[in-house]
Amino acid sequence: MSETQEHVPSVIKAEEMDPKFKYKMSKMHGAEKIMLCFQCGTCTADCPIARFSDFYRPRKIARMVQLGLKDRLLSDEALWLCSSCFTCVDHCPQGVEIAGIVRVLRNLSVKEKGTMPLVYRELASNLLKGGYVYEIIESRHKKRVEFGLPPLPKPNLEEIAKIFKVTGSLDMLENVKTFEKVKS
Amino acid sequence: MPEKKYLIFLGCVIPYRLASYEISARKVLEKLGIELVEMPTFNCCGYPMDAINHDLMITLAARNLCVAEQQNLNILTLCNGCFSILNETNKMLKEDKKLREEVNKRLKEMGMEFKGTIEVKHLVHVLVEDVGFEKMKDAVKKPLNDLSVAQHSGCHLVRPAKYVGHGDDPENPTLLKNLIRLTGAQCLDYMDETECCGNPIIGVNEEVPFQMAKEKLDHVRAVKAQALITVCPFCHMMFDLNQPRIERAFNEKFGIPVLHYSQLLGLAMGFSPEELGLNELRVKPIELLSQVH
Repeated sequence: MSETQEHVPSVIKAEEMDPKFKYKMSKMHGAEKIMLCFQCGTCTADCPIARFSDFYRPRKIARMVQLGLKDRLLSDEALWLCSSCFTCVDHCPQGVEIAGIVRVLRNLSVKEKGTMPLVYRELASNLLKGGYVYEIIESRHKKRVEFGLPPLPKPNLEEIAKIFKVTGSLDMLENVKTFEKVKS
Repeated sequence: MPEKKYLIFLGCVIPYRLASYEISARKVLEKLGIELVEMPTFNCCGYPMDAINHDLMITLAARNLCVAEQQNLNILTLCNGCFSILNETNKMLKEDKKLREEVNKRLKEMGMEFKGTIEVKHLVHVLVEDVGFEKMKDAVKKPLNDLSVAQHSGCHLVRPAKYVGHGDDPENPTLLKNLIRLTGAQCLDYMDETECCGNPIIGVNEEVPFQMAKEKLDHVRAVKAQALITVCPFCHMMFDLNQPRIERAFNEKFGIPVLHYSQLLGLAMGFSPEELGLNELRVKPIELLSQVH
């Protein structure tokens, strides 16, 4: 259940809060300035997704990180609604990279909860199989010849597999559970 | 003689769906004296992987950067997403010694090392900085004086400002506007020009991106623009390929042609619509072309 929904329980129990979470987050690239958020709401006000979604609220995400509501955050599918337009990053008066924080939370939810939207697993497995995140079917290659375009650059699949391996992505993809659509 | 040489980075969206962008970009760049060299080996820039594993993204991007370093060539991208990721990773690795060491440790497995010797530019930057307005104006043989269009620069060409560089204003981008104006066409201002197309989340939710794109098309129509001009294949897909679906979802008819900037420029340089892949567009620019030729 999405925790940025309007019916979020108003009572936060003390034992739900992880006081160290914000410090851990602030060590991750992109989330360094989380402690500086003073909840002005510029990010939510200027967010193109928040305008059309009932659940996605970047300010709330920042506050939940500060409060250490890790479990609620990492189970919140609304995290996947950020379009990474970086408007919040450019507008934040405190220099907090909200989109970076959302990205860190997504990475953590994949790692710790073992779930991700199906589309990402598909893109990743296409990349592993062919170097491109979309499958480039034979007719596309033929069309390139008709258009007078040079052949597509070839992927080095062995090296791509190595990159997946050394970044822990192979195991992650093998064991991950997926979900299809996220409610807005 | 070509004046400038670049390694062209096509990304994934263009080979998958948008040959028209590549066809037209290659045509105009060749004529403007920019030589393109093909990537000897390629993998996705890494952008779509950032959401699930930041280290995976950086390493994928870094590998492409190393390939360019080995060729001793700067990268030219046609896609905003590829530009953003390759440029950002390039700058991060140049500035952050600790990160560079970490990534180089991984790259060593494939006999590579990031050295920080090249730059990454988007088509727009190459046109503005390397070709220049004067030379581009000289190349315009058929000014598009009767056309009024609108522009969508897209987010990743200008944001996050901290990494992008190249001097455009993310709150009021003007590079693409000026490039449009030198073709002779008018570039109209419209409401919320800097709003995102919505496409990056279409794989997890269609309602929000469709509403975002619909609103953009509403605003473009309100100023009576004859076309929307893009420089990103992903934004282009949202407005062109998905336009019929957006029309069905909201029971409205837009019929707004969406052209890659290289197509608009190509028309002004005297290339035929066929040479520029204009017949590949989903929304056919029939009325627009009747005013050009």
